[in-house]
Amino acid sequence: MSNDQALINYTLRLADNALILSQRMIELVAAAPELEEELANANFALDFIGQARLFYSYAGELEGKGRGEDDFAFMRDENEFCNLLLLEQPNGHFGDALVRQFLFEAFYGHLLDALTHCSDKGLAEIAARAIKEVKYHCRHSSQWLVRLGDGTELSHECVQVSLDDVWRYTGEMFVADEIDTAIQENIDGPDLGAIRALWKRDVEKTVAEATLRLPVDEWMASGGKQGQHSEHLGFMLAEMQYLQRSFPGETW
Amino acid sequence: MYTQGLDQGDKETQASAGTPEQLAAFQERIDAEEKIEAKDWMPEAYRRTLIRQISQHAHSEVIGMQPEGNWLTRAPSLKRKAILLAKVQDEGGHGLYLYSAAETLGISRDQMVADLLSGKAKYSSIFNYPTVNWADIGAIGWLVDGAAIMNQIPLCRCSYGPYARAMVRVCKEESFHQRQGYELLLTLCRGSAEQKAMAQDALNRWWWPSLMMFGPNDSESKHSAQSMAWKIKRFSNDELRQKFVDVTVQQAEFLGISVPDPDLKLDKKTGHYTFGEIDWQEFIDVIAGNGPCNKQRLEKRQKAHSDGEWVREAAQAYASKQAARAAA
Repeated sequence: MSNDQALINYTLRLADNALILSQRMIELVAAAPELEEELANANFALDFIGQARLFYSYAGELEGKGRGEDDFAFMRDENEFCNLLLLEQPNGHFGDALVRQFLFEAFYGHLLDALTHCSDKGLAEIAARAIKEVKYHCRHSSQWLVRLGDGTELSHECVQVSLDDVWRYTGEMFVADEIDTAIQENIDGPDLGAIRALWKRDVEKTVAEATLRLPVDEWMASGGKQGQHSEHLGFMLAEMQYLQRSFPGETW
Repeated sequence: MYTQGLDQGDKETQASAGTPEQLAAFQERIDAEEKIEAKDWMPEAYRRTLIRQISQHAHSEVIGMQPEGNWLTRAPSLKRKAILLAKVQDEGGHGLYLYSAAETLGISRDQMVADLLSGKAKYSSIFNYPTVNWADIGAIGWLVDGAAIMNQIPLCRCSYGPYARAMVRVCKEESFHQRQGYELLLTLCRGSAEQKAMAQDALNRWWWPSLMMFGPNDSESKHSAQSMAWKIKRFSNDELRQKFVDVTVQQAEFLGISVPDPDLKLDKKTGHYTFGEIDWQEFIDVIAGNGPCNKQRLEKRQKAHSDGEWVREAAQAYASKQAARAAA
């Protein structure tokens, strides 16, 4: 794979992560436990849609074939999406969605931080903008994890199960493949090993504060980054893409 | 967004506490266009009317998130998805803002929410109609927010200070929503035949319910006179409805789609459009709970509330633990 292609693919991974997570989050609109949380969820989902648009547009620019944000979002098939498996998992209850958010954002914040120092100006600029939003998200999701973990007996049990269930999807974030390695070498991009150490430190600290038990690393699912997804993604895309697919080429 | 149900519900607004002197002094302040503030003396009926009106308005904002939220996952471009999500978020924000305004009158948000969930409180009946095609999102912005603006601009001068001030901010956002909705429809109307047909279908279904948003005819509106005297309300239902029709018909013409009313015509003498009879039986049915989505909307709200109970309890328990730890 050429260096240029690696950068395009890597940018699309970042875009897909943001889009797929935002799509899951907007499924939760009008279903939050409190009106304040309703606003927070919409606000964060908006941040992710904004990030997805910036990453897709940049990927289109790099590719130079005239594809724009909507072409990437609406006209690609399931196996062309390269988001993490963690992010396409169904919402479940408030605790499930929260844990997914917490574990991803603890990683994403450090990833963006590393990207702000990379030598690719385009990616560094988007990362610099996104990290301001994600730092705030991290604070919000950490606080909620602590509230649920150290709340009632019921909430403690619920969120412990959420953590245990979703843990198997965290390994994929840190397994560097050909593209991750190329990005690290070519543009002084993120070192996933170093990010894993930072992530583990942060997660352990919050999980301990939440009086929860850190799950043991066992078998980890992978494949999302390479386009091999769970059964859930196809349904998400079918719903998300249907108007563009039914009326191709129209302006909306 | 907004509620037409502002004149519906409480049957006891005529019963007012206070001496004749207090009432006269209160009316004098109203007539002098002074703002009534939360700590000022006010007749019980004035307070109750405002609680009913503001809480119905807040409930409408919250329930109104559902029909539009219905298209969030299917919005046909990322830009439209972001615009729609921002709009739905604004509505939640209006709800929060309005619940706070109502709380200044001595009712808790918990009580208002309980009244909504039990079915006791009303919300705007427009949200009991389904959003079945993408153009409905444009039609809601254009017509529903458009009607809301007609209703709400005068409320910026409402005699109750906290409500009037809330409305200033809400109106600014609603105007933005209305323009976005119209722009969505304009894009469809300039697109393919199928897209234009979506816009026409949406206008066909949303036109009459939008006219109903202004409430019953003046002759039937039981709370209007008192609300006008208290300067909670500044214009009658029929006046506002006429203003809406006059503006909106021309906007439909610009879009190139037809208003579904064979009796609609411009009266050259008055400069106003005359229009056909509203199906008031439909209005009564929907308010009574028999609209296409009443059950679904309320059940979704009830489910969100009950699903979230353990989360609210956890937050409360954690806050209590923290307070105990701080005190120790």
